[in-house]
Amino acid sequence: MRNSKLWRITLLLAVLALVAAACSDTGGLPAECEDDPFGCVEIGAGEPIEVGTLLVITGPNAFLGQDSQNGVVLAADYLPTAAEAEAGEGGTFDGVNGELFGHTIAFNHQDDGCSADGGQVGAQALAADTSVVAVIGTSCSSAALGVADKILSDNGIAIISPSNTGPALTEPSQHQPFYLRTAHNDKLQGAAVANFAYNELGARTAATIHDGSPYADGLQAVFAEKFEELGGAITVQDAIQVGDTDFTSVLTTVAANPPDVLYFPIFVAEGGLMAQQAAQTAGLENTTLVGSDGMLTQGFLDAAGEASVGMYLSGPDLSAFSGDAAFYEGAFKTAYAADFGGEPAAAFHAHSYDATVMLFEAIKKVAIEDGDTLYIPRTALKDALFETQGLLGITGTLNCNADGDCQSTAVIGVYQVESPSGLPATPVYSEQASLEG
Amino acid sequence: MTTPKTSSSRRLRFERLPLRRIILISLSIAIVYGVVAGSAATIRLGTYTAADWRTLVINGIARGSVYALIAIGYTLVYGILFMINFAHGEVFMAGAYTAFFVAVAFGGSGYLNEHPLISIAAILIVSMVTSTLVAIILERVAYRPLRGAPRLVPLITAIGASFFLQYTFRGLYGAQARAYPTINILEGTWTIFGASILRKQVIVIVAAVLLWVALFAFVAKTRTGRSMRAVGEDREIAALMGINVDRTIVATFAIGGALAGAAGILYVFLFNQVIFTMGFFPGIKAFTAAVLGGIGSVTGAAMGGLLLGVLEAVGPNLFLTGAEVPSPNQLQPVVAFGILVLVLIFLPGGFLGAPEEKRA
Repeated sequence: MRNSKLWRITLLLAVLALVAAACSDTGGLPAECEDDPFGCVEIGAGEPIEVGTLLVITGPNAFLGQDSQNGVVLAADYLPTAAEAEAGEGGTFDGVNGELFGHTIAFNHQDDGCSADGGQVGAQALAADTSVVAVIGTSCSSAALGVADKILSDNGIAIISPSNTGPALTEPSQHQPFYLRTAHNDKLQGAAVANFAYNELGARTAATIHDGSPYADGLQAVFAEKFEELGGAITVQDAIQVGDTDFTSVLTTVAANPPDVLYFPIFVAEGGLMAQQAAQTAGLENTTLVGSDGMLTQGFLDAAGEASVGMYLSGPDLSAFSGDAAFYEGAFKTAYAADFGGEPAAAFHAHSYDATVMLFEAIKKVAIEDGDTLYIPRTALKDALFETQGLLGITGTLNCNADGDCQSTAVIGVYQVESPSGLPATPVYSEQASLEG
Repeated sequence: MTTPKTSSSRRLRFERLPLRRIILISLSIAIVYGVVAGSAATIRLGTYTAADWRTLVINGIARGSVYALIAIGYTLVYGILFMINFAHGEVFMAGAYTAFFVAVAFGGSGYLNEHPLISIAAILIVSMVTSTLVAIILERVAYRPLRGAPRLVPLITAIGASFFLQYTFRGLYGAQARAYPTINILEGTWTIFGASILRKQVIVIVAAVLLWVALFAFVAKTRTGRSMRAVGEDREIAALMGINVDRTIVATFAIGGALAGAAGILYVFLFNQVIFTMGFFPGIKAFTAAVLGGIGSVTGAAMGGLLLGVLEAVGPNLFLTGAEVPSPNQLQPVVAFGILVLVLIFLPGGFLGAPEEKRA
């Protein structure tokens, strides 16, 4: 009896010793990692720095997300490798991903599905991957608000959006601590569209239709507020559901009191159908149709076909970037065409490029080298991102404020569709606006 | 296991007061009140003219016809196999996609608008054949091996088959929505009885009616139709009487598939757009319509489809505008399915459905 008891105690002590050895720190972690509430991403020798993307790469809005993803990939390409940096060469689009501290850049691409479900699934997949340093995403505000921004913030992963424009995302009451964006805030876009409608089109009455998503709802609310402020009248503010195909009811509601402008800032699938059905609705013959950047993609022109001709679509003014426009028109677009074939099919590739460059700059500031291993403290990275000031990107000078808006001054353009074969290159109206405060 | 009748019989009677019935009846009264009050208020407001209501009703009938054609497929399969073929929405989608490709092929060369009638006939034939084939393959691969299995198994298989078909089409043809080429003779309006109605809606309604008539005649008069009815009544006895049950079931799926294919074409005429997820919502709505009209009854399916279509089109504007609900059209599914719930509370078998006892 005593013998087996002795054995048991010895065994227990041995197990405890093993556990203690396993749980103790192997070699010393840098002090910053110990102090950082979310710890560090540890990148061993020869391992790549993993950047996640959470963009809409499938479904009817795939043009939007794929275009943004291309911008991210181009940014990694442009980054010089360690050898090139040592030789004093700058960045080039050479088809080889650059390196930071001797570690190359790799990607973990996820799909945000342009919906809360997709955002949740994608964000959880990225959060589960402990080697992801930061995420460029999401494409759609519906995938971010309360979903991806929260999940990634709770896991200490910085998320920079190249195309979320919903105002709610950077409202102090709803802003998540690790969320930033390089896209404009729709407070600017909605006001610009209202100015365009009232001053340029001479509209005095308008109706809006949104699809319940935070992007569309937020945008039409800003538009309505500004339009009424200018002196116009809103006749109808109605909504449809994502996935609906027949809009006769809602268009009849609008046509009962025909407005000068019908503003429907929704996405490709519903927008295409709505444009076609509006053309067939009696009473809307003299109503001008206006959409926004959710429909500023080739996908929308394909979906709507002839019905899109003559429509106005608002979005970032790609011809008036206040940043490095020469670089954009020259090297960037050439590389884009070479790698991905043709003109960009949506509007946010430059913003995703800037977001990735911003991330690289922040990594350069906070990463700690310990021998061959690279440590990137998560909270310090987030803080460095929020402290980005005066960074010259393509879209403009990035100055991040405490609420996560890095593009507080933006140039919004309104384009008129001339033919369904391609997005118009220059807008018919352009407005530079800034967020106050 | 009955509760023993003890001395507290008074308490027992109070417990047996149908609480469930009370809740159901209160819910029904609330819905009916909402509907009537809302409609009265809307009409008093006078926001919509008679022409507007006419547009909405005709639009509802057109959509309803499409739902009815798909619903007939659900109901036929249920009548024979007592199984809900959830993949039927994807058969509809297959027909619509085929119509898209044929139309694009004709449209590219200009043939579409030069000889529209021949083109439309060709589109119809090719699409209906394709969807029939998809339905038959579905039956052979997914359902026949599970003939004797417990009810739940074919149900899950059907859902799985639905996703399989959806994503196959997505993989083959891409994820983006495609616009259908315009057929000029379908554009524009006709003036019927002084009202100007969209041509495509009239054509859809007429085509649907012709297809129903053809179907009724088929089921009532032909041998295969009689076999279908017989197998639906009692499979074993029908087999004993010399009816080839397997072949009859295949015929049922084929007819359902053909009608779904036709529905796909009519849907594309109306909405000009195809995308791989397009079968999902119409599939669910058609299933709802079949239940509304009485699952198992073909007339019921047609009726349910029309009713659901009209409710969807007219409902939000009629019931909710008067009640000053903001964005009434966003609540369109609420209206349609609210009415469905109401009907099912009082008529669990749907309008024309057989009472519960008959279904073993």
